[in-house]
Order: sequence, then C-alpha cells, then structure tokens
Amino acid sequence: MTQTAPVPTRAPAGVPTPSRRRPTRSAVFVVALSVGLLLASLVAAGSGQLVIPFDQVVGSVLHRIGLDLGPMPTHPRGDDTLWSVRFPRVTMAIVVGAALGVAGALMQGVFGNPLAEPSVVGVSGGAAVAAAASIAFSWTFAGQWTIAVCAFVGGLVTTLAVYALARADGRTEVVTLVLTGIAVNAVAGAALAFLLFVGDTQAREQIVFWQLGSLNGSRWQYVAVVAPFAIVGCLVALACARRLDLLALGERPARHLGVDVERLRVGLIVVVALLTAAAVSFCGIVAFVGLVVPHLVRMVTGPGHRIVLPASMLAGALVLVIADTTARSFVAGADLPIGMLTSLVGGPFFFWMLRRTRRTAGGWS
Amino acid sequence: MSALVARGVVVRYGPTIVLDGVDLDVRHGEVLALVGPNGAGKSTLLGVLAGDVDATEGKVEVLGRSLEEWRLRDLARERAVLTQEHSVAFPFPVEHVVRMGRAPWRGRSEEDLDDDVVAEAMATADISHLGERSFGALSGGEKGRTSFARILAQRTGVLMLDEPTAALDLGHQEAVLARARAQADEGAAVVVVLHDLSLAAAWSDRVVLLAQGRVAAEGPPAEVLRGPLLSEVYDYPIEVLPHPVTGDLLVLPDRRTAKEQP
Repeated sequence: MTQTAPVPTRAPAGVPTPSRRRPTRSAVFVVALSVGLLLASLVAAGSGQLVIPFDQVVGSVLHRIGLDLGPMPTHPRGDDTLWSVRFPRVTMAIVVGAALGVAGALMQGVFGNPLAEPSVVGVSGGAAVAAAASIAFSWTFAGQWTIAVCAFVGGLVTTLAVYALARADGRTEVVTLVLTGIAVNAVAGAALAFLLFVGDTQAREQIVFWQLGSLNGSRWQYVAVVAPFAIVGCLVALACARRLDLLALGERPARHLGVDVERLRVGLIVVVALLTAAAVSFCGIVAFVGLVVPHLVRMVTGPGHRIVLPASMLAGALVLVIADTTARSFVAGADLPIGMLTSLVGGPFFFWMLRRTRRTAGGWS
Repeated sequence: MSALVARGVVVRYGPTIVLDGVDLDVRHGEVLALVGPNGAGKSTLLGVLAGDVDATEGKVEVLGRSLEEWRLRDLARERAVLTQEHSVAFPFPVEHVVRMGRAPWRGRSEEDLDDDVVAEAMATADISHLGERSFGALSGGEKGRTSFARILAQRTGVLMLDEPTAALDLGHQEAVLARARAQADEGAAVVVVLHDLSLAAAWSDRVVLLAQGRVAAEGPPAEVLRGPLLSEVYDYPIEVLPHPVTGDLLVLPDRRTAKEQP
C-alpha cells in the first residue's frame, strides 16, 4: 500500500500464489493424457476383426524401432495388418483429433466464446464443400494434396465469413454465433446437395462419406498429407497462447497490453482453417470434438491457453482414438461412421453447454 | 514536455459531433480530472487519447511521439488504460488477470519483478484475498478493482483511467484515487474521468470541464468547480462549499433551488 490511502489492506505477504499449484495439477493431467493416448493407441491397433493381443502389438512396435523385445504377432498376417491398416488409421485418428481439439480451443479463444467450434459455426461444412467440389469435378491441380488444399481454402473462406458476419462491436454474442452457424451450415448443405446431384456415382459415394465422417481407409500417404497441416497449425497456435489469454480481456484492453488484435485474430483464423482442413480433408466432418474437448480440459486446468492448447491437443487425439475404436468394434463386422458417433455425444453436450452458458453468463451475451 | 497532448480533436459519428476541437495536455506529476455531464465526450476523449477511437480531425501525441508511430508493445510499457468495461471471456482466476498486466514486460529484465509487482498491485486494490476466485464470479466493484490492479501491475508512467471509481464503495474510491495521486507524486501523468466532482476536487491538480464536446473550463479545481458555471453546464442547480474544517471543496446539488424551479 502506498502512502496516503486510508483503507487498511492486507499485507503483500498474505497474497496467495495459486499459480504455484495449478502447474503441478496441469502437469499431472498432461502426463496422464499422454500415457492414456499411448495405451489407447496400442489397444486400438490390436482390436478389430483380427485381434492382436496387447503384448504382441507392443512387441511389433519395439521390433520396428530396432529393439528386439517382446513377442511378435503370432498370426501370419498380424504384423502386416498392424502396419498397413491399423497404425495408419490410429495415427490418422491422433492427427485429426489433435487438430480438432486445438482448432476448437483456438476458435473459442479468438471469438471469446466457449461455444465456437468449427462444425458448429459451419467451418467444417465449408471445408467439406470445397473438398467435395474437388471430388465431383475431379480437380487434380495439386496432385494428392488437391483435396487438402481445397478443404483449406473452403475452411478459410467460411471462417472469414463467419468472423465478419458474427462480430459486432468487437464481440461475438452466443446467439449471433450460433445463428450464423445455422446460416452457414444451410448454405454448405445446399452446396453439398448440389455436388451430390452433379457428381457421378463414384463421386457421390465419396461425398456421402464426407458428410458421415470416417477414418476408414486411412493410409500412410494420407497421413503424410494431413500431418504437416496439423503440425504447423498446432505449433503456431502454441506460440500464440499468451496473447490468446490477453484477448480474453477484450479487444481494447488486449491492445493496451501490446497485442495487435486484428493481426492476431486474422492469423489465428488462418490457423483454424488449416487445422480444420487437416481434419476434414480425408476424414470428413467429425463434429463437436473441438467443442467438448477444450471445455472438459478447461474444467481441469483452468482457462490459461498455455496449458489448454497442448492439453486439448492430447485430449482430442485420445478422444478420437477411443471414438474410432468404438466406431469399428461397436457393431461386429460394421465400421460405423465416427462423425455419427461424435455428433451423437456432442449434440446433447452442446445443448447442455448452451443452457449452462445462458445461466452463468447472465444471458445470451 | 507533456506526457499526453491532444490538439484540435474532432470526432464525428455521422452528423453527430461528439468532440469539437478539443485541446488537452496531461503533464508528468499531475492528476488531471476530466469531468462533465453525460454525453459531454469524456470517454470519447479518453478513447482518442488511448487510440481506441479514431479522431476525425486533430492529432494525439504520447510522450512527444504521434500515436500512430508507436509500436503497440512499446506503448504498453509507457501507458496503461483502464476502460469502463470489465469482462473476461473465460473464468480466469483474479491473480491471473492481474498478472496479464505484466505481459508487455515479458522477455525483459523487469519480468523478474512480476511476482512482487502483482502482489503489490493486488494489495493496493484490496483484492489479495480474491486471488483464486474466478473473475466472472466477482461483484461489479471487485471486478473494477481487479482491472485497476492489472493496470497498476503494468507499471507505466502514464495512466488513463475511465471512471475508476464506478461501482466502488466509498473507501475503495478513496484508495484508488489515493494511489493515482501517489503515482503522480512520483512523476506519473494521470488522466482520470470522474463523475463525482467532490472526488475530482479532492484528488486532482487540474480539472477539465467538458460540455457538449468542447472544453468549457480548465484549471485548478477551485477555479473550475464554481457553482454558477457547474449549474449552467450540468443544467441543474449546484453549490460548491468549503468543508468547515479541512477547507476541501464539496460539490453538492442545490435541492432547495431545484424545488423552487418550475
């Protein structure tokens, strides 16, 4: 306390230091997520029509990285199945889940709104439209990257549109955002319907696969296309974590603390489009992961983006690995679309969050 | 050299003229109070000084440099702005919010002081006991004090405060302005928008009275805060009396005269 103020205040010595305790709790959480992800991936790789016991999966991995430990898969086609079908699929689930988790957390930070999410506001839809167009019209201008590039451009255009449409006076209200999402999704739905109409039978089948969302048919070469998008997106996002915290104060206070708000926002929107494109380009629309995951993460770690972003990345990957394993083993012999599964869980969750936001934030703002 | 200089500032929103050729100087070592009735342009003027509102005409300088020439991060180490709105998008704990005020100092040697500065700012704003509470769960006054602590943690030589006493109880109003006063005594330039004219009289060196987008009067509190002038600008009978013991100026609505008027 300085000099003249007549109000008695507590001594600085009494100041609590919550920042000391949070990191330990968050560190435990991150380690738990990492271990969980590793175990879930190995279990996922072992399950399917051809069941490979856990120790044989571990043995196969260890042999691949040059360690002569553990048993190899006993089934004659076991090792081959693992490395040409199962692991690409699990890796794809990890990459897509991580991208979706980070994209959701980023979007919520940029919009200052816990309900912002690529599929809710229609960015996934926009990306899927562009990707479907490239299928329907057999575009190949960028080789095997064509679909991903189209998805990125579609996602970027949609995100910018949502950003421009849903913001008023530097804020995004829940109602405006959700309604904008409805409008954008309607247009995207119409465009997809048109592409279904004009496409030939093969294109149609492929486009339907988009709308459902599935990791079926993941191959290493697809992973190689998607992973760079996701990695670059995640790295840029992590580098912006502190500034995202400041953005939570509002546009003006953030600028008064030295953040170039407009540039940060637009830059991060590009990153969101990049991550969404990574998720959508081969697996279609997997909705609500970006909504549910960051929300649950915040409940454990608090809202600081330096921990929310990496934790959302890990948790998103974990959720998708589990969801995909469920999708392909829930009904014997059938590979359920994972997008259906996440929407089944995410829809009610979204509703619950709407109710909660409405109650706690004192209305719809 | 003045810390803040505004020359010929005009702000127009369509046909509405909010500020009409305002000049303002805020010097180091002084507390300047911006007062005036609702809609006089106080917050807009502060917004122009802060760079939040683009002036239609006129120029603004901070520490001798035009506002546009500053890099935002450099500026954030020189001046802090307390806005009227206190909201945080996610449930950040209070301590974290105050610590955000240290962001402009990241990567510099001053960063080592972060813990002490944050603790001191929280003690000054009397929010030390709220450290782990979520910002969203605070009362209006507590939010205001948290934002004030964040501004203090920024450790700048120029402070711009838009109604820092709004929603605060009497004791905390005094504490906040006493701190602003103390900063000025150590050489800071402080400009503060106030509604309570007695507070302006007690804590400021100079008062600028705005009326309809123009400066109606400027000078030491005793010169500007005069009954007839205030009555005219506020369109309500106002009397100014010296405190019987301390001699402080007391600005009060003259309710007897108000009743007599038709």
